[in-house]
This record gives sequence, C-alpha cells and structure tokens, in this order.
Amino acid sequence: MSDPKNNGTSRSNGVNPDKDVNAQNLPGQRGDQGETIRVQRGMFGARNGGDTSGYGGLVRTVRLPGESARPYGGWFDEVADELEGALEEQGLAPENAIEKTVVDRGELTFHIAREHLPRVARTLRDDPALRFELCTGVSGVHFPGDKGRELHAVYHLRSITHNRLIRLEVGAPDSDPHVPSIVDVYPTNDWHERETYDFFGLVFDGHPALTRIMMPDDWQGFPQRKDYPLGGIPVEYKGAQIPAPDQRRSYS
Amino acid sequence: MSTSPASARDTTEGTVYTVTGGDWDEIAAAAKQADDERIIVNMGPQHPSTHGVLRLILEIDGETVTEARCGIGYLHTGIEKNLEFRNWTQGTTFVTRMDYLTSFYNETAYCLGVERLLGIEEQIPDRATVVRVLLMELNRLSSHLVAIATGGMELGATTIMIYGFRDREMILDLYELITGLRMNHAYVRPGGLAQDLPPGAVDAVREFVKKMRRNLPEYDKLATGNPIFKARMQDVGYLDLAGCLALGATGPILRAAGLPHDLRKAQPYCGYDTYDFEVPTADTCDAYGRFLIRLEEMRQSLRIVEQCLDRLAPGAVMVADKKIAWPAQLALGPDGLGNSLDHIKKIMGTSMEALIHHFKLVTEGFRVPPGQAYAAVESPKGELGVHVVSDGGTRPYRVHFRDPSFTNLQAMAAMCEGGQVADVIVAVASIDPVMGGVDR
Amino acid sequence: MGLEEKLPSGFLLTTVEQAAGWVRKASVFPATFGLACCAIEMMTTGAGRYDLARFGMEVFRGSPRQADLMIVAGRVSQKMAPVLRQVYDQMPNPKWVISMGVCASSGGMFNNYAIVQGVDHIVPVDIYLPGCPPRPEMLLDAILKLHKKIQGEKLGVNREEAAREAEEAALKALPLIEMKGLLR
Repeated sequence: MSDPKNNGTSRSNGVNPDKDVNAQNLPGQRGDQGETIRVQRGMFGARNGGDTSGYGGLVRTVRLPGESARPYGGWFDEVADELEGALEEQGLAPENAIEKTVVDRGELTFHIAREHLPRVARTLRDDPALRFELCTGVSGVHFPGDKGRELHAVYHLRSITHNRLIRLEVGAPDSDPHVPSIVDVYPTNDWHERETYDFFGLVFDGHPALTRIMMPDDWQGFPQRKDYPLGGIPVEYKGAQIPAPDQRRSYS
Repeated sequence: MSTSPASARDTTEGTVYTVTGGDWDEIAAAAKQADDERIIVNMGPQHPSTHGVLRLILEIDGETVTEARCGIGYLHTGIEKNLEFRNWTQGTTFVTRMDYLTSFYNETAYCLGVERLLGIEEQIPDRATVVRVLLMELNRLSSHLVAIATGGMELGATTIMIYGFRDREMILDLYELITGLRMNHAYVRPGGLAQDLPPGAVDAVREFVKKMRRNLPEYDKLATGNPIFKARMQDVGYLDLAGCLALGATGPILRAAGLPHDLRKAQPYCGYDTYDFEVPTADTCDAYGRFLIRLEEMRQSLRIVEQCLDRLAPGAVMVADKKIAWPAQLALGPDGLGNSLDHIKKIMGTSMEALIHHFKLVTEGFRVPPGQAYAAVESPKGELGVHVVSDGGTRPYRVHFRDPSFTNLQAMAAMCEGGQVADVIVAVASIDPVMGGVDR
Repeated sequence: MGLEEKLPSGFLLTTVEQAAGWVRKASVFPATFGLACCAIEMMTTGAGRYDLARFGMEVFRGSPRQADLMIVAGRVSQKMAPVLRQVYDQMPNPKWVISMGVCASSGGMFNNYAIVQGVDHIVPVDIYLPGCPPRPEMLLDAILKLHKKIQGEKLGVNREEAAREAEEAALKALPLIEMKGLLR
C-alpha cells in the first residue's frame, strides 16, 4: 500500500482534545475543528414522552474530522505542494480554491470552493506531477445538520501514473444546490452526476443533459436525501404490524 | 414538381390524384436526401439479448447504428438508502445483492471501508483475509463464467451457455458448502467472516481446482479459435486506451486496451501483493480481446485459489474486539441454534453491566467514529469503490457504491456508434454489465 | 409404463377440460422476464444440471406474444412496473404468472421507495415462490405445482363460475391483521 501510515496524524496534530469533559468517554469525539454534522440530544432514540432514562439532557456534537496541519506525511505533501504551485501558476490563489485539507485514516481530502472545482480538477488531471487520469465518479452526501453546506459532492480521483488516490469534497447549501460540472474534464462523470442529481437534487451546472437516470422521469423529490422518507410500508402479519425500518426507533 | 410520380390537384369535382410510374433511381435519391428517415429502435428493457433490464435506444440507418443511448434505472432498488436504516453489520446483507454476480466483492469492499473507518484494518485475522481472497477469486471465476455464458447465448451460441453454467454450478456448490447459500451470502462481515470454513471445504476446493483446470481448455476449443465466434467478436466494440480513461472504464475493458492496471497489483488490499499471479492484457481493444482476458483471468484466479489453500492456517476468522465480533459468545445448542448457556448465565445472574452491554450491542450494533473512507477492490468488472460515511452512529450515514458496471456501461455509445445493429449485442455483452450493479 | 397400458381397449373417455388441461400443462412456454438475482437462478434452472427441458419448458420465448407463463424473477422497481404490465397484457390467454423470489412476491427486504411491494399489485399471481433467491429445485417445484393447477383449470362457463367463486371467497376472507395464531 502506498498510503503512508499516518493514521494518527489528524488526531494528534493541530487538533485540540475536546474541552467538554463529559463527552470525553463517548465514541466519535475527534476534536472541535471539523464540520458539525449533527447535534444529538438524549439517548435511546426516544423523542416523545418524559425523560425516563436520565440521559435526556445529554448533548453531543458530532463533527467530521477537522483540518490537518502540515506535514501531512508521505506523498500527501508532494501532491498538496504541486497542486498549490500549479494553481498559483494559473493566477489562482490556493487558499481561495482549497478551503481546507483533511488527512484522516490515511486518506487525503481537499475541500474545494465550488466555483473553482473545474479548474482544480483540470489541473489535477493535466499537471504532469499530479496526473489524476481516472475519476471514479461523484458521491453525494446530505448533511441536514451542516448549515450552509448541507449537500456535499465527493469525488475520488485516481492517478494510475503515480499510483495515488485523493478525494475532493465540495459543499453546497440546500437553498442553492449548484456545483459546476466536471464532465468536460472527466467525461466519465456524465452518468455519475446525473445519478447524484437524481438522488440528491444537486444541480451540476454545465452538464450536457442533466436528467434523472435511475428514477422515472416524472418522480417527485430526491429520494436519497435525509429528509426524504425511506418510503417503506408497514408489514402485516397475523394480528401484528411491523413498521417500516425508518419508522422504528433509532438508537444513534 | 412535374416529374413527381404522384401528384394531386383540387378541381371542382374534388381532388384528382395522378399517379405515374416512377424511376427507382429517383426514388432512391429522394430517400437519401430526405433526412427524416431516422429509425429509432428501442431495445428493452425487457429483451432477451440486453443482459438484464437494460434499455437501448438505437438510432439506425439501415443496419448501421448512428446513435446509441442507454436507458437504465429499471432495477433501481434503493439499496444505498436502505443501508442507512440498518446497522453496520446488517449492511453486508444488502450490499451482497447489488451486483449479484460478484457478491463477495461487494461484501469485501464494503467491509474494507467499514474496517478503515473503525481503524481495525491491521487487526483482521490472517485466516479471514485468506478466505476472503479465496472466495473473491472463486467469485471472479463464476462471474466470468456467467459473462462468457450469457455473452455466448446472446450471440446465439447456446453451447457456451450450457458449458458456462455447468462449471458455475460447481462453484455455487462450493459457496453453498462454505456460506450456506448459493447466492447473496452476507458471509464477509466487518471485522472478518461470519463463520469459519466448514470441514471438508479445503478438499472440496482442491477437487474443484482440478476439475476446473480440466474444463477450462474446453472454452478455448469451443470459442477461442472458432471462426464464427471470432468473426462476431473481433474489431467489434472498439474502445482504445484514451477512450477507456476518459470514460472511466476499468477491468477487462481497460486491460483489453493494453494497460495492465489492476488494483490487486497497484493498490494491493487483502494481502494481494503476496500472491503470485499475472495481469493479462490484450492490445486489440475489442470484444474478442476482452473475452481472451476473461479466460486468462480465470486461469490466474485458479492459481490464486491454490495459493490461498496452501497458506490457510488455523486461527480466528473475526477480530478479537468482541463488540464488533458479535455474537462473540455464540455456542451451538443441541438444536443447532442459540447463545452460549454459560454466557447467558453470567449476564443474567451475575453481571448487570454485561447484560446492559449485551443488550445494547444486540439492539443497536457497534458505533463507528465519524468520518469517511473509500475502499476499492478489483472486481471482475473493474474498480469497485465504496464511499462510506459515518456520523458516529450505529448505522451507516451514507454508503455509495461506485459500481464498475455502471461506469463501464457509459462506454456503450462509444463502442456501438458506427457499427452494425448485431454488433451492439456483442459490445454490450463484452462490457458485461450486471443491472443489479448498474442500478443498485 | 406409458399411457397405452392404462388403455387396454385402446380408447379413453375424458372431459374436454381435462384433455385441454393435460395438453396445456405439457407445453408451457415461459417468457423471459429476468430482473435480478432470481433471473440467474432461473437461467441455471434452464441450463444443464436442472434441465427445464424435462418438463417441456426449456424454450424461453423472447416475445410475450408467444408465451403463456411469466416468471417474474427478481425485484420489480417502480420504473419497471409499467413495462411489466405491458408485457403481461401482450401475452395471449390463457396465461399464468409465477412470482419468483421474495422481492417479487412481497418486496422482501427492500421495503422502500424504489420497489413495488409485491408484483401482485400489478398482475395476478398464480404461484408465489419464496426464497432469496429460490434454489432451482424450488423453481422446479413451483413449476410442477403450476402444472397441477393448469391441469385442473376449468373451461368456458365453468371457468367464469370458478373465478366468481374465488372472488367471493377472497372477499369474505379474514384480513391478515385480524387473524389469530403464530406470527406467520
């Protein structure tokens, strides 16, 4: 594996341990810098009725891994340097284009300002030192709790020349779900962007034919967003009814 | 036009039609000039030759396809959404049904992603990893057998189909012995495997390798040198390296264009760097090259299977962490089911904390720290990537599969346009899309 | 062994219904309606080891016009549902439907927005075959049961009468939720 073994970097480098002492023993506390995606209150998933468990006052903020500080380790620094250099050459200040860089679990993620995405993607593909020839498509993620950046588009780029894999992440608010299309740069993203549009309602500006691909053309809504119900029906048995999975109690 | 063979004019008695003999040359020329003679043929979604519920929309001019488009989504199952309402372990039950011909790849890719999120990649027992590789390579054989069998059937070569399914049956018997199911196994779990290999499995696999070695040359005899087969396959479905990379095509399509890119070699997972095998390539860029690569990959898979059998050492098949390895205290009762009686006695009688712990693990499942991970494996069809996102809960927050069938199917238009209608079938069969994977 | 041994005098008296049922059951032409995982098992059933040819059914027709049995093999999505109904409508009477696999029968584990929760919402189903996917042996068993059903099928006025009776019985039947007993 060419990934450097620096799984611990993000946890130790530049990240303060959470100041909330009570939250120390809870799983998933990874510093106070990352994007807040959810604030959980109470436990056991009970939303109605009184606080019988005594855990009702518990408030837990869930954050994604935060920004990493240099050095990222291994080839990550090389890629970051090359990308910043190449962007500067084009007269684009790297700090404007790259919002932050996250190294987590041995994977390098660049958070890109959405208006600069096509330029960054083209640079990543064409610069001889970067050469990310293969895009493995776009994956949408909907974080209703991440205010102002509810919709994320996540791209994984693979360089066959240098045998590397990086991730680009772009955020867009629910009120303005627009991300520039990178079909010009990576034609393979044609269907992937249509799929993400179909499921998340992310509009990829500049896509040649952004239409539904999986759902019927007249479908209402974007089914894989978190505010769209699973759409299951209760299952009947003899004398009993089991609700659909999304109607049952959720513990997390 | 006065020379027109048919005309009409209005008179006081009504319309008068005049029809005279026409000149065939004139008619042919007129037909050539008229550009509204597009014929649009809709194949599918229910068509015996489209490899599943794939809809092909072909614009044809005579026998030549001028434009080709795919309609997909007829098997969209919402698996990615369903996963968000089940716990992490239950996820394997769903992902195995995505591309139902490459179940073990879906399961392993998903589990590698979850394991990376958990940070337990290094703790997976060796035996579990070796069995994963063993099953994945058997799966490569069975998937390629179906690709060749159904591809042959779509060409009209029913014998190849009978041969392919005959050999696939032997692999399904092995699956059934090992996982208990012929398809849709849910055998690979985050942290390892659902259970160890049953007694007799190793011998059965060895026996199979022997038989398969004997059967594989039959495909060569039947198809590889067959002039009809070659005439149908050669130079059909052409896609060169630049086209492959632009369209993101991976797997046999990319290797048929001459690039020996295989994630098992490039980014080894599951210890593939320690196995001895070759990545076959071809430089023909066509359907025939892809067929040859599939055949050669089957031979290489047999080599890997043998190496797996040789290095299978006794040991655990699940991580030591009992939270992830639930049910860790399983002991079979006389009825073949159940929990360990000693464990029940302990948690019910002496340890309240253990009971609470047990209850929470059983009802909720384990938690995965927030973050995201991308795990990719080389499935028989190409790069199968899984993007897993966790919000720190006991359920996946989002799982996205980058299925190779989905991406490779985009290349259909590039392969078919300008060719004959009959070649569309060959090109689609050489992509080997499985609609379960395309639509998920 | 054969039929002639039961006919020592060389002729046989039977009803037109029985003769028609016997003839029909012996040559059922299935339409290919493979959708998902079950389609692979359906193809396996047609291939060498399980050999559907033993029941005179190995010829899967590509055109619904030539078929009288639709084996709905796999999950039916909302997008596929109108197509499925159209294929069914194109089949000539008499026609039968086997709903193969739990997804086709009830939606199965995919209780969500994308999947029709049972193909009986769209077409009448004769045999429900559980399993995910059912083994080829199970499909053979379902086919044999269907053969038995076809053999006993009524003709003409009797057929209409039987259909009316079945409908009345179904209307009177207790809804599942009001039934007592085990959870199944």
